Amino acid sequence: MSAAEEVVAEGHEAVEAVPKRAMTLSTTTSLVVLAVLLIVPLFAKNFIIFQLTMLLIYGLAVLALNILTGGSGQFSLGQSAFYGIGAYVTAVMMEQFNVPYFLCLPVAGVLCFGAGFLFGQPALRLSGVYLALATFALATAMPQLLKLNFLEKWTGGVQGLIVTKPDAPFGLPMSQDMWLYYFTLVVVLAIYIFSVNLLRSRSGRAFMAIRDNEIAASAMGVNVALYKTLAFGVSAAITGVAGGLSAIAVQFVAPDSFTITLAIQLFLGMVVGGVGWLPGSIVGAAFIIFVPNIAEGISKGLSGAVFGVLLFLVIYLVPHGARQVAILSQGRIAKLK
Amino acid sequence: MELFTNQVLAGIATGAIYACMALAVVMIYQAIDHLNFAQGEMAMFSTFISWQLMQWGVSYWAAFVLTLAFSFVAGIAIERILFKPLAKAPVLTNVAGFIALFAIINSSAGLIWDFTIKQYPTPFGSSPFLGSQLISTHQAGMIGVTVLLLLGLYFFFQYTRIGLAMRAAASVPESARLVGINTSWMIALGWGMATAIGSIAGMLIAPVVFLEPNMMGGVLIYGFAAAVLGGLTSPFGAVVGGFLVGIFENLAGTYIPGVGNELKLPIALALIISVLVVKPAGLFGRHIVKRV
Repeated sequence: MSAAEEVVAEGHEAVEAVPKRAMTLSTTTSLVVLAVLLIVPLFAKNFIIFQLTMLLIYGLAVLALNILTGGSGQFSLGQSAFYGIGAYVTAVMMEQFNVPYFLCLPVAGVLCFGAGFLFGQPALRLSGVYLALATFALATAMPQLLKLNFLEKWTGGVQGLIVTKPDAPFGLPMSQDMWLYYFTLVVVLAIYIFSVNLLRSRSGRAFMAIRDNEIAASAMGVNVALYKTLAFGVSAAITGVAGGLSAIAVQFVAPDSFTITLAIQLFLGMVVGGVGWLPGSIVGAAFIIFVPNIAEGISKGLSGAVFGVLLFLVIYLVPHGARQVAILSQGRIAKLK
Repeated sequence: MELFTNQVLAGIATGAIYACMALAVVMIYQAIDHLNFAQGEMAMFSTFISWQLMQWGVSYWAAFVLTLAFSFVAGIAIERILFKPLAKAPVLTNVAGFIALFAIINSSAGLIWDFTIKQYPTPFGSSPFLGSQLISTHQAGMIGVTVLLLLGLYFFFQYTRIGLAMRAAASVPESARLVGINTSWMIALGWGMATAIGSIAGMLIAPVVFLEPNMMGGVLIYGFAAAVLGGLTSPFGAVVGGFLVGIFENLAGTYIPGVGNELKLPIALALIISVLVVKPAGLFGRHIVKRV
């Protein structure tokens, strides 16, 4: 409209810069969190263990979005699509082709990496809201694609597929839920460690350079196109694994479990956990799993409104999410010493 | 050929709905630089207010004007109370705020007016327009109102001092403040205007899609798509985008085999994305030059 609009002010980035070191937890804290995650299921009922498993799975999906948005500065509302692909690949392989579950996950990951990498190609030319719309289109298309007739043989169409829960191997004295929890924990830990290292590596620095200033990054010799699509691929792969795990944990996949609502939940999880702060993913996951239940508990008819108010409270108190809490408490502890 | 023209006409008729919504989306984008995900819900709530007024015996046009005034004030109030404190928060946090607002409005409307579908009157009548079965007088009226709104907005932004001030506040806030524009209130004003335009869209759409708390879900998606297709910086683009999306959607449903109602949306979106890949700032949007 006016000439003034043509130049965007400096330092007005969509995603704020997070220093590399601030993206992880210290060793001591990590070990404490790990110990808690290891011990808690031993004293919990099966249903609680199931919820904890879902917490880890959602955490993993939020982490994937965090790598994409917090790491490389690209925004995606299409995570539910990759989650769905992962879940379906796992379910179809387990049920129709009798492949053991632990082999399905890497396949789901690789396929989703491919899907994400390919989707990243047209997405290269788009940024900001335009990218949001493109990924959004992917998310709305996915449930419809899964319902397509010629896939029905494998996917079961609208009805979906029932997945059998695996037993604990080697005759371990564990319930199915508990075994699945520890299995998920191992997968999640492995991917978490991989992600932390990825962001510290040459590729991770390239992601962050692109996030902070694309033009400057390309001037420094970063292959912008390659790293942007790579970020999409890695994020999609991790989301796919999370989807696969969820198919096993929920024991059911259906097209309507993977709508845009899921993508929005994951997005909220990322904001509440702190954009670009990987450990926050689990806090964000806890928010999107438990807060709707709490809201329902407060008022059945107004559960949506209560959820909205709670969300507003969180973003007022800590606009930078759990990361802000972590930084504050770190400061307090340092003062005490 | 007749099938083709008929489908295009029908597309233009539905496109008018999207154009209306897209216009509201672009308005608020101009004012605050974000896409407001709660816009559809705000429009839905306003429409319910006008419905309630009419239930109480207020005439259509009186209810229309009252609702416009209510929406304008409500939009400003929402900005002042809920989003001003978030002005310094990161963009994504603001988006989370919009989602929260969406949940709050949707669930409150459901509680106040419940989820049953309600009839909504039209001021234009619903007989066929100029003998065409595809466009009713209501839809023709809707197109007319959209075009009028667009002209009004164009003159407002181009030829009034306050319109100029709003544009300045949105594009270069620092410099705008230096020349004495109260940028914070300009943003509030933008919210008020966008909410009012949204309420017009809501009241025009309600006779077609019927009134209920989830009525805007689909419409808003198309409205966004239309706004993005036309270019988020251009109200004119938003209206053209709205009509194009309506036509795309109808033609895809007619000519591509195996496309039912379910696949119409993904295909329309895929088309829009292909357009965006060629023209990344939308059809009529300005390409934004970044300073390194």
